[in-house]
Amino acid sequence: MGFFLETLFGGLMAGMLYSLIALGFVLIYKASGVFNFAQGAMVLFAALAMARFAEWIPKWLGFDNLIVANLLAFVVAMALMVVLAWVIERLCLSRLVNQEGITLLMATLGISYFLDGLGQTLFGNDIYSINVGMPKEPAMILEGMFEGGLLISKEDLVAALIAAALVLALALFFQKTSTGRALRAVADDHQAAQSIGIPLNRIWVIVWSVAGFAALVAGIIWGSKLGVQFSLSLVALKALPVVILGGLTSVPGAILGGLIIGVGEKLSEIYLGSFFGGGIEIWFAYVLALGFLLVRPQGLFGEKIIDRV
Amino acid sequence: MLYRENGQFKTSYAADQQIFPIAQDRLAIGLLLLVAFVVMPMAGSEYLFRAVLIPFLILALAALGLNILVGYCGQISLGTGAFMAVGAYAAYNFLVRIDGMPLIGAMLLGGLTATVVGVLFGVPSLRIKGLYLAVATLAAQFFTDWAFLRISWFTNNSTSGSVSVAGLNVFGMPIESPVAKYLFCLTVVCVFALAAKNLTRTATGRQWMAIRDMDVAAAVIGIRPVYAKLTAFAVSSFIVGVAGVLWAFVHLGAWEPAAFSIDRSFQLLFMVIIGGLGSIMGAFFGAAFIVVLPIILDQVPHLLGIPLSTATTSHLVHMIFGALIVFFLIVEPHGLAKLWSIGKQKLRLWPFPH
Repeated sequence: MGFFLETLFGGLMAGMLYSLIALGFVLIYKASGVFNFAQGAMVLFAALAMARFAEWIPKWLGFDNLIVANLLAFVVAMALMVVLAWVIERLCLSRLVNQEGITLLMATLGISYFLDGLGQTLFGNDIYSINVGMPKEPAMILEGMFEGGLLISKEDLVAALIAAALVLALALFFQKTSTGRALRAVADDHQAAQSIGIPLNRIWVIVWSVAGFAALVAGIIWGSKLGVQFSLSLVALKALPVVILGGLTSVPGAILGGLIIGVGEKLSEIYLGSFFGGGIEIWFAYVLALGFLLVRPQGLFGEKIIDRV
Repeated sequence: MLYRENGQFKTSYAADQQIFPIAQDRLAIGLLLLVAFVVMPMAGSEYLFRAVLIPFLILALAALGLNILVGYCGQISLGTGAFMAVGAYAAYNFLVRIDGMPLIGAMLLGGLTATVVGVLFGVPSLRIKGLYLAVATLAAQFFTDWAFLRISWFTNNSTSGSVSVAGLNVFGMPIESPVAKYLFCLTVVCVFALAAKNLTRTATGRQWMAIRDMDVAAAVIGIRPVYAKLTAFAVSSFIVGVAGVLWAFVHLGAWEPAAFSIDRSFQLLFMVIIGGLGSIMGAFFGAAFIVVLPIILDQVPHLLGIPLSTATTSHLVHMIFGALIVFFLIVEPHGLAKLWSIGKQKLRLWPFPH
């Protein structure tokens, strides 16, 4: 029982991290109808910027304080993501308005190639570490209830809390601010939004910036866990089934989908993995999402706009 | 001036329905085939065959297969690499496990196995479409990646996980030298390109296009979506599977699952989109673009004499490649084939304005 709960918790934490990346997909898809394949590259780019600036800024300014350095690096990296959002909107998306979904998808794939190259040219291609003071040692809880207690990684716990806070903040942003309302309007209907005077271009810059912010947070958390390296951009592939399972247009779907995939992956690896010869984590999420789609083609919470075939 | 169809009257149905109705086109394609079959084997260098022409031909074949699915039937697939892998490993097993299995036989059986797997993973397309389907096909990709890595039966219990074939021959002719490999690939590609072109002109092909343009309308006029979609998946997977066999057997010789990773799937989808959706010619344009461009980009720093480390070069190539893809999508979202047909249209009138 204790082992099962431990696995379950591990899965939930991992799931939170998937949700964090899935969130970036959902935000952009909701607001612009673009399936942003570059999200993974954005995570890598943001994490690289964060890691390197945290290293460079103290050297340039000549001080030695981890917190200040991290804060400054965060601000600079965020600024970089906003600039990136602006450039992507200006040079690419605004010229591809009204193209088919597949063309836009390909364009974001092109962007992701570009970002992978750019990030590694600017910031180097070694493995870097991000140290934002995440607790590394595991913690024991519920020692009274089970023999030996439950072993839980504090780092994962903090990450999950940050992810939850981010989701809450985004939900508030979407529901309570006027910009959020404009974003939702654009998501519902581009033309109608434009006709009541919502500037599409600015909205897209904002949305890509918010997605950049989500990417930065995801990059910091994943980066401090795994180290910042090229493979970070592949984490996005893990988040795809999450988005599909939860529904492309739903923020709560991204969260719940992430949790389901996270738990499912861990439990299946442990309880089913031995039947298949191990390593089933890489495809389990996809097969789960695929099976689910056969029953419910729009995902858990997705809008039922995809017409039945 | 020269490219004019004046005076070329079509006096029979056969003449009206031929693939190249304009005499100049027939001449051009004849010359192209002559160059490809006769001049190239005599003039080409080994590097040209190995690094450029053979990959180009095989990937063009795979792109052709994918184009049937994406361009003609409108079903997006990100699992092309998986179907190539299925073809390659199935053909390997047929070749190794059955004595006296000829290469062509193994190749076709590999293609058929890919067909079965393709139809299996095509079933979700009956329920879902668009981007959801695209991600669903990734399931095929990850599943086969895993299966060929972990299930040792597929690799004939090879300890390293990598498999190889040697001593290929067709009808007693060895496929060892680059020229022989090139000619073999060229022949296969020509046969399949002709077959695909004709297939898209049949009732089945028109059904695919009807489903692509509007599935509800197609169903209303009596086209069975199940049949149309699954045949598209079947034909596409067969061609992709054969391309996988060629890629593994002829181009690589020894390979492991990484040769058919998700990057390959993306690469092929790029070829189809950049070349032009729904165009046989487009698959060749796209393949040429994607295969040749990185090679040229790799050479540029050397030619200009800029000292760059290999890592920096590869990152820069990545960047330029990505930027060019976005650029092409912006300039001509319908691909190089569209540019080609616009050019032909202009050429018909040239040098007169009307």
